[in-house]
Amino acid sequence: MEMTLIQGIITVAVVVLGTMTTRFLPFLVFPEGKKTPDYIRYLGTVLPFAVIGLLVIYCLKDISFSSFPFGLPEFLGILATALLHLWKKNMLLSIAGGTVLYMVLIWVVT
Amino acid sequence: MTEKRKAFKAAFPHTIPIFAGFLFLGIAYGIFMQSKGFSFLWPMLMSMTIFAGSMEFVTVSLLASAFNPIYAYFLTLMVNARHLFYGISMLDVFRGTGKKKPYLIFGMCDESFSILCSTKPPQGVDKGWFCFFVTLLNQCYWVLGATIGGLVGGLIPFELKGIDFVMTALFVVIFLEQWLSQKNHWPALIGLGVSALCLVIFRADQFILPAMAGILILLTLFRRPMERRTMDEAEVQSTDESEKEEADQWK
Repeated sequence: MEMTLIQGIITVAVVVLGTMTTRFLPFLVFPEGKKTPDYIRYLGTVLPFAVIGLLVIYCLKDISFSSFPFGLPEFLGILATALLHLWKKNMLLSIAGGTVLYMVLIWVVT
Repeated sequence: MTEKRKAFKAAFPHTIPIFAGFLFLGIAYGIFMQSKGFSFLWPMLMSMTIFAGSMEFVTVSLLASAFNPIYAYFLTLMVNARHLFYGISMLDVFRGTGKKKPYLIFGMCDESFSILCSTKPPQGVDKGWFCFFVTLLNQCYWVLGATIGGLVGGLIPFELKGIDFVMTALFVVIFLEQWLSQKNHWPALIGLGVSALCLVIFRADQFILPAMAGILILLTLFRRPMERRTMDEAEVQSTDESEKEEADQWK
């Protein structure tokens, strides 16, 4: 560590403050007592669906499609997860099945 | 007391996939910090106070460079900007949770958000306590993993390579569940499509902010047709008594 202990602690505190800014800001701007604007309420009803799409892509951001194995383990893992889920509708089974397949696949290719 | 126990019992199963993922990722994070010469107290306290996985990894590189708190603050805002969307989505859900509310907001990581935005507590279970235990359990897993990683460091070999895929699988399952529960698929498609497009254009490190902006723009432009569709759905639902009751419960 290049910093002194105090500088390190301040840096962590600032990161905590930044994270809390992003988490608390919507609740501070739109408190319970006041009426939330219709536009924000509308966003609240559609954003959860859009954000999960964003998170799925976020998980895949470090895949390289130009070099072996071209994201194939991820693709097959997701396909297995989705098919298992459509078939059995059991969340834990789908997640476990897809993850185990993925782990086997990257073990095979590396 | 029984109210809390009921909520705990309802919350725990939803957190099991996150237990696996957080323990592994937390351990990886703890080992990472240990390898950079930090005592286990650092990952332990950082996982408790920051509790935002990707930002904690970034903080390690901040700690290894020159002291610049202002840069650190703005970098954190950028990396964590997606939390703004989580907050807007949870304004209604966290309404009326009283003293638990500040903690629910503090602990709203990607994984807790994804569970809470897609899961209704079963009938007779208090919403506030359900949200509280989901958040608390997830944080415990993360802190536990980070502390173990910081303590044992290089002692454990990485035999569980790839187990972090549980997070991807979790989000895929939640995406599917949401898809099946809705007639209007446009919000989900916009989220997926805009993010994928931005990833291709802006690359891994910089795609989130443009993706958020794109999602916001499209959702705003198509507000009218979206609201009409959602209203149609609400009408269909109101004919189904049991579903309506469940919805009321949630409010």
